[in-house]
Amino acid sequence: MRIDCPFCGSREIVEFSYLGDAGVQRPAPDAGSVFTDYVYLRDNVAGRHREYWYHGSGCHSWLVVERDTRSHEIFSVDYAHRETVR
Amino acid sequence: MRNSIFSLALNALSGHKHWQPTWRDAEPRAAYDVIIIGGGGHGLATAHYLAKIYGITNVAVLEKSWIGSGNVGRNTTIVRSNYLLPGNIPFYELSMKLWEGLEQDLNYNAMVSQRGVLNLFHSDGQRDGYVRRGNAMRLHGVDAELLDQAAVRKLYPFLDFDHARFPIQGGLLQKRGGTVRHDAVAWGYAKTASARGVDIVQNCEVRGFIVEDGQVVGVETSRGSIRAGKVGMAVAGASSQVAAMAGLKLPIESHVLQAFVSEGLKPLIPGVITFGAGHFYISQSDKGGLVFGGDIDGYNSYAQRGNLPVVEDVCEGGMALMPMIGRLRLLRSWGGLMDMSMDGSPIIDRTPISGLYLNAGWCYGGFKATPASGLSFAHLLATDTAHETAKAYRLDRFATGHMLDEKGQGAQPNLH
Repeated sequence: MRIDCPFCGSREIVEFSYLGDAGVQRPAPDAGSVFTDYVYLRDNVAGRHREYWYHGSGCHSWLVVERDTRSHEIFSVDYAHRETVR
Repeated sequence: MRNSIFSLALNALSGHKHWQPTWRDAEPRAAYDVIIIGGGGHGLATAHYLAKIYGITNVAVLEKSWIGSGNVGRNTTIVRSNYLLPGNIPFYELSMKLWEGLEQDLNYNAMVSQRGVLNLFHSDGQRDGYVRRGNAMRLHGVDAELLDQAAVRKLYPFLDFDHARFPIQGGLLQKRGGTVRHDAVAWGYAKTASARGVDIVQNCEVRGFIVEDGQVVGVETSRGSIRAGKVGMAVAGASSQVAAMAGLKLPIESHVLQAFVSEGLKPLIPGVITFGAGHFYISQSDKGGLVFGGDIDGYNSYAQRGNLPVVEDVCEGGMALMPMIGRLRLLRSWGGLMDMSMDGSPIIDRTPISGLYLNAGWCYGGFKATPASGLSFAHLLATDTAHETAKAYRLDRFATGHMLDEKGQGAQPNLH
């Protein structure tokens, strides 16, 4: 598996760290028990999965990668924060 | 016929032409008292203990492929009960005790071999950690022995004791730990469950649940609808997907773990050895191949195959531990799907949906738990109460904060 980092180009998977599902949204501070779902529950999809990767051995960007969890095929790689300007 | 030296001799004398199938490949009936989804080790063990201990024999085990086609046939066959937390030790020790009597219980040769599991340590801090673990084990009546470097040298002289970065200082030995022939575990449980009337239905994929008045009363399968009083899920690797059919979201991510077998060798490694400075564990199968593995790949996956960096990492661990294996050729490698839970511990509990029961989240430690998991899940299905040793494995522990995090990693499944 290689990830096509938008800043560094195509790099080996060992340069990146995985955080997980990019779909989860942090609830408001006073949201109560919804926080349990946010911290612990995951859709864990078999198929296209949007997930966070961190390019620790490269440009230190947080990335959102869309990848098929059944085949490891990567469809898109983008900065996690749209406002990231290089 | 019972398996014995006499049945073996009798069959040998008649040219092995009269062996009967070990278990009955059943057609699904319209209804059962209990349906167990998943014909792996845990599902089949559950059926065995339901029939044997709780007297519930109107049971079907539904398997989407062939029995034992999942992780029970894909693991590195290690059994042990060297855990740290009070919520885990009695459960895994029950499992260890059930392993010790398994072959007699099943009348089936599962090649249970208590060859000892040795966890090596390489620093003072790690030694202290293992002292604590060993003490916790002994407080629960589990055998544990702390070995110094000289004792490990005597046991395994071929290890690289004076490695520049990871010198071996000693190890924590559980002599009762060892290995079990994994396929035979599935077949043995299938044999006894089937003999007691349990229907083992293969090529029968569950595609949905039948829900009436908010209660699960059966399943829709690729071979038609089947109704049941209770439905239990034992589908680790695919738990999230099956649970989603009932509208449940689980604290689980599916990850891939790779394992490896070398070419066959003469007897070389007598026991199970784990490297403490990386993640590497190794034993030798009775056929001669070295069976070893390491960390999960670390990202969500349903692919049943991993990537090369983990292969390299595992082999580096092996080389740091025992350089003698450096010229060995790798025969096979494969991947299996792990139900990585949010705290690294399993779930055996009722679900919020009446009639649906969950056995999931085994991370990469499910094989050693097979007998206790089956017994506890059978207890839950039969009595609606948690088994004494499995009380901590609640589904709501993530909401209440009663986590069982052996490694102390927090809610990050790929780090457990």
